[in-house]
Amino acid sequence: MKIHEYQAKEILRKYGVPVPEGEMVTTLEDADRAAKQLFSAGNAVVVIKAQIHAGGRGKGGGVKVTKTLDDANAASKAILGMQLITHQTGPQGQKVQRLLVEAGSAIERELYLGITLDRLNGKLTFMASQAGGMEIEEVAAENPDAIYKEAIEPALGLQPWQARNLAFKLGLKPTQINAAVTFMLGLYKAYVETDCSLLEINPFITTKDDKLAALDCKINFDDNAMYRHKDLKELRDVAEEDPLEVEASKDSLNYIKLDGSIACMVNGAGLAMATMDIIQYSGGSPANFLDVGGGANQQQIEAAFAILLADPNVKAIFINIFGGILRVDVLATAVVAAARNLNVTLPLILRLEGTNVEEGRQILAESGLKYAVGATMAEAAKLAVEAAKGAK
Amino acid sequence: MAVLVNNDTRLIVQGITGREGTYHAKGCQDYGTKVVGGVTPGKGGTTHEGWPVFNTVEEAVAATGANATMIFVPPPFAADGIMEAVAANLPLVVCITEGIPILDMVKVWSVVKDSKSVLIGPNCPGVISPGMAKIGIMPGRIHMQGKVGIVSRSGTLTYEAVHQLTQRGIGQSTAIGIGGDPIIGTKHIDAIKLLNEDPDTEAIVMIGEIGGTNEEIAAEYIKAHVKKPVVGFIAGQTAPPGRRMGHAGAIISGGEGTAESKMEAMTAAGIHVVKSPADIGEMMAKVLGK
Repeated sequence: MKIHEYQAKEILRKYGVPVPEGEMVTTLEDADRAAKQLFSAGNAVVVIKAQIHAGGRGKGGGVKVTKTLDDANAASKAILGMQLITHQTGPQGQKVQRLLVEAGSAIERELYLGITLDRLNGKLTFMASQAGGMEIEEVAAENPDAIYKEAIEPALGLQPWQARNLAFKLGLKPTQINAAVTFMLGLYKAYVETDCSLLEINPFITTKDDKLAALDCKINFDDNAMYRHKDLKELRDVAEEDPLEVEASKDSLNYIKLDGSIACMVNGAGLAMATMDIIQYSGGSPANFLDVGGGANQQQIEAAFAILLADPNVKAIFINIFGGILRVDVLATAVVAAARNLNVTLPLILRLEGTNVEEGRQILAESGLKYAVGATMAEAAKLAVEAAKGAK
Repeated sequence: MAVLVNNDTRLIVQGITGREGTYHAKGCQDYGTKVVGGVTPGKGGTTHEGWPVFNTVEEAVAATGANATMIFVPPPFAADGIMEAVAANLPLVVCITEGIPILDMVKVWSVVKDSKSVLIGPNCPGVISPGMAKIGIMPGRIHMQGKVGIVSRSGTLTYEAVHQLTQRGIGQSTAIGIGGDPIIGTKHIDAIKLLNEDPDTEAIVMIGEIGGTNEEIAAEYIKAHVKKPVVGFIAGQTAPPGRRMGHAGAIISGGEGTAESKMEAMTAAGIHVVKSPADIGEMMAKVLGK
């Protein structure tokens, strides 16, 4: 689960990690009031920052540094409601519905701090780099030695000496080391106690008056751990997600929208990915990833159909089921009912295998439903691609 | 003798009194696995569907001589269940549960890595040695006893590969579903090592998916040590970066974990990589000269 920068910064504040003073607003009136307040409190600079769930906001014109109230209001007006396009939003961009109005900082150095799981050793790793403000993926690709790392023993947690190591490697001044250690220990505590899957401070800044601050903060939570964080669950902003994906999540369906024309409904994540692959391999393009899971019931199948049909790009539906726990006859019954209830007119291509497959085939044959069957995955994929092309 | 699971397997089920636990304990027993009991804290001393139930894994092992456990405990308690099984020195711990928090698994791994137990999973279909025994949720009847070992991160995609082999009359020695999470007990390389050393395994199917670099690491090992033919497939060639494709571990992040990188490393290691998941069985038939 992703959250906004302003929400991430609120979490940091709770853990004693210094962040610039600021306020999240959703209207120009509130933006004006917040900026006025910051200027009158003595801040020479106020920054207007678009709040969307994507990186690269600055480059896309979603962050403006202002020195007068007029400039601040002009920036708010330009950014609020804009369709912000970054390398992470896709060409359609993301509508800006929230702003963070924040006090500017007298930046001395821009550094990077991050915590994530190192899948190779199964430990959390604390990362630091002097290349702050850059995409850390680029740094990792071009100059991996520029990222300093400390592996964290789960039983011990991040130790002060490890934080000190990183602080000295970052070239911080002796007067900044203790504050940096406290800063990093605070980040680690926030990470563990809120079940993050990623926490990044980019940039982590030092200021001309020798202070440290998190100028930006990105936090992702581990979806599997959200059952123990009811308060954090409320930070979800569905306006930032694809509406069809939000709809799918209500029925516990694993759905990801893509931009192709062949919708697929599959049981199991691996087979669902493989089905997308074979569609492309056969000359088509998948419209989505959809794993209906091992225990899908009629309501879920029907909900899945509704979601697939709501995508205007879809020209054909490919159902690929290998029944293990999910019995094929149960699925067939659900497919027939859903296709009837929703009046499905798009070409339907089925490939069914596994538990109770004969019974399943019979249910379909007797249903009067129009569909094509592929004996193998390859054949079914070919039929789906042809159907999608024919439907254009 | 296949690997991990065989006729000597004596299985207990953690969470045996739950719906899933009961259903799959029966499934394993019907397939021929010796299911010797189960564990549900608080229900020790009772019997469930004819199996003795114990309060702790330690008690269950002492009373039944179990050498393997299958875990069906719900996600909030599954990590604890794994650690209990490891503490009881069970040689084989298979965790089916999907949805265990990552930080729980970080703790589990710090215990498992230095232990005597082999952990399979979590978030996996389990392990089956066709004709002998199974520990897991896979449909037994699609399998056929034989000489091809399988390792895969996925459930239904493994069934698909097994089905393709069986249809061509190619049997399997052991199929190991290692699981779709970012932290798993047995990685591709560990499973490949087991199958490589197994005299009953003549060829290997290696199925990977996007996310992490475990396939690349296994490929390095195969290049240096494995003489048996290996057929490979990577799922997620069309997956967009930065999105989690169903499995918690199936995500391309920071340019790492792409299907392209895995397929390249596997091809360079001499693995017969197929681009289409429908070609796994056919490629294996070709490699075996069938």
